[in-house]
Amino acid sequence: SRKMTVGARVVVSARTYADFTPQASFDIKKCDVHKLEEGPPLQAVLTREEGLQYYRTMQTIRRMELKADQLYKQKIIRGFCHLYDGQEACAVGIEAGINLSDHLITAYRAHGYTLTRGGTVREIMAELTGRRGGIAKGKGGSMHMYTKHFYGGNGIVGAQVPLGAGVALACKYLGKNELCVCLYGDGAANQGQIFETYNMASLWKLPCIFICENNKYGMGTSVERAAASTDYYKRGDFIPGLRVDGMDVLCVREATKLAAEHCRSGKGPILMELQTYRYHGHSMSDPGISYRTRDEIQEVRSKSDPISMLKDRMLSNNMASVEELKEIDVEVRKEIEDAAQFATTDPEPPLDDLCNHIFYNDPPMEVRGTNPWTKLKSIS
Amino acid sequence: MASLRCFLRSGKKAVTAVLRREFHGTPPAAVQVTVRDALNQAMDEELERDERVFLLGEEVAQYDGAYKVSRGLWKKYGDKRIIDTPITEMGFAGIAVGAAMAGLRPICEFMTFNFSMQAIDQVINSAAKTYYMSAGLQSVPIVFRGPNGASAGVAAQHSQCFAAWYGHCPGLKVVSPWSAEDARGLLKSAIRDDNPVVFLENELMYGVPFEMSEEVQSKDFLIPIGKAKIERQGTHITLVSHSRMVSLCLDAAAVLAKEGIECEVINMRTIRPLDAEAIETSIMKTNHLVTVEGGWPQFGIGAEILARIMEGPAFNYLDSPAVRVTGVDIPMPYAKILEDNSVPQIKDIIFSIKKTLNV
Repeated sequence: SRKMTVGARVVVSARTYADFTPQASFDIKKCDVHKLEEGPPLQAVLTREEGLQYYRTMQTIRRMELKADQLYKQKIIRGFCHLYDGQEACAVGIEAGINLSDHLITAYRAHGYTLTRGGTVREIMAELTGRRGGIAKGKGGSMHMYTKHFYGGNGIVGAQVPLGAGVALACKYLGKNELCVCLYGDGAANQGQIFETYNMASLWKLPCIFICENNKYGMGTSVERAAASTDYYKRGDFIPGLRVDGMDVLCVREATKLAAEHCRSGKGPILMELQTYRYHGHSMSDPGISYRTRDEIQEVRSKSDPISMLKDRMLSNNMASVEELKEIDVEVRKEIEDAAQFATTDPEPPLDDLCNHIFYNDPPMEVRGTNPWTKLKSIS
Repeated sequence: MASLRCFLRSGKKAVTAVLRREFHGTPPAAVQVTVRDALNQAMDEELERDERVFLLGEEVAQYDGAYKVSRGLWKKYGDKRIIDTPITEMGFAGIAVGAAMAGLRPICEFMTFNFSMQAIDQVINSAAKTYYMSAGLQSVPIVFRGPNGASAGVAAQHSQCFAAWYGHCPGLKVVSPWSAEDARGLLKSAIRDDNPVVFLENELMYGVPFEMSEEVQSKDFLIPIGKAKIERQGTHITLVSHSRMVSLCLDAAAVLAKEGIECEVINMRTIRPLDAEAIETSIMKTNHLVTVEGGWPQFGIGAEILARIMEGPAFNYLDSPAVRVTGVDIPMPYAKILEDNSVPQIKDIIFSIKKTLNV
């Protein structure tokens, strides 16, 4: 079984009642495949331990994003804020299929990945509120968060895809059997640089898992209005692909495992399309209901919510108790509250940090201020 | 300070002295080395020194480089370290930046910097800004290099100078070598630098030979990024220039010396960070300034230098307004007579100097 870390802590369930089912096998949706002999297996085994971990992490992401929504409306978070609620199964399922020593890069809807890649809720929220305790000391904001082997958080649509292939090139070059998961959305999927990247990744057999998180809308434009072909898993053409139920954390995990195996065996890149959904609009400045109906959103919430799906599975197979899950909810809520408290009270970065971090490993230098008499200091 | 001898090359065909590389024993005394070979040797040495360094770009491997700058490297280092890319700048520049983020030290060649425009988002938004945005978590040790500026007869889309565009952006270092010594020392420094460096070469300079002393030939010879060099001492006027225009300034200075006007010629070497101090010190001696560049005038290198001089201590030492000699403010035409008149010529520099000195 795989150990998941939430933040810096390893989460292991403290309670193992004798009468809980230790593991169970679940049917998962069949994946459509493209240029692949076989998709992932139609059943996935989930242990109680894993289930509790996935539940906790998804719930943490969910609550964190909802708290960010609140703080944004209170104007404590400003600028861009792209929320991930609804898509939790993608981030958690992917991480369950790879190792922390692998690499990952995504676009701007990145808070969930910052968490699964080792960031803490505290430092994520403090980055959103622009404080010195933020994961990027308040200098990056929502779209520019980084951790070890996690390259952001990227603001320019599509630009992260060549970057991810570059990381994969480094993996291959350095020979450490690591791979890079390279994410982009259905909107970005039409970007030319992505096709340039497919070409080179394939030519050079880079260990790169391209993942299109298809949440059906690129900002306010539905996939039908943006793409001549919405079979995103086929758009890699010569790259094998699979289309995955992105609302089911087990489906995502099994597909990711298959994809990782493909890469690590030296076969080159592979492409996964995760069919998922975002409850919020594109960003906090988009109510998200001018281009889709409230009914549609409600339907997904009631029928396909990733957290509910996992919860139902575990409860109906006696893998956890209602009280136990409620307790996790309480713990998560507390973690979020504490983090929000920190994020709202931590001071902003000091002004003398303004010009730092221009260059790495360089002696201190002078930076021109707003006028010729103002000379500011910059250190690495 | 050792002075470099250079041939008068403006308007005449450059004599190409290609040296065979037999340097791996005891280096001989001063030798003649072209800019092309200096770049080649610098890359060769840095590839040997650090396994993480690799070169990618169009035609860099099996073709030996579009301008033969990477000649012999693929044969020596193979596919892993010298990588031919498809004609997809945005893609391969992004790949290079990603590789740098993950611990390698790529040299990304643009066949000319005109094509870097296709990839400029990766240079600026992915490379230059990342160390700052991540507050020091993520560095990007990459070199973007290739020929920049006007060539000969390649017309408007292939002749733009990008010094001002890249020089504008914090997070980048921008370097513009002139001589073979510059090329060697600055490229080695750029490759060893842990930050994104834009390395602006010049196609017309590739074939020009320069004398290279024993010291410069040594494997650890580095030129610090951010320091200008005084190529010719003078007392009457300061000429500031970069890349090929340094040659024209020296030629103009030689002509004017016969009339008793002694020009101090400063070779910028680095565009960003700009060595304003070197320029100011010179102006405090000569009291006059003319900048010379191949690029367009508006918002250009000369514009920045003049603004800094206005704002700094050297302003009070100017006896007449500082002026810029630049390329003509037009897209580059094709016909030779038009092209020749689109870039500064020696006579334009001499004219501007005399106007500034009021002689």
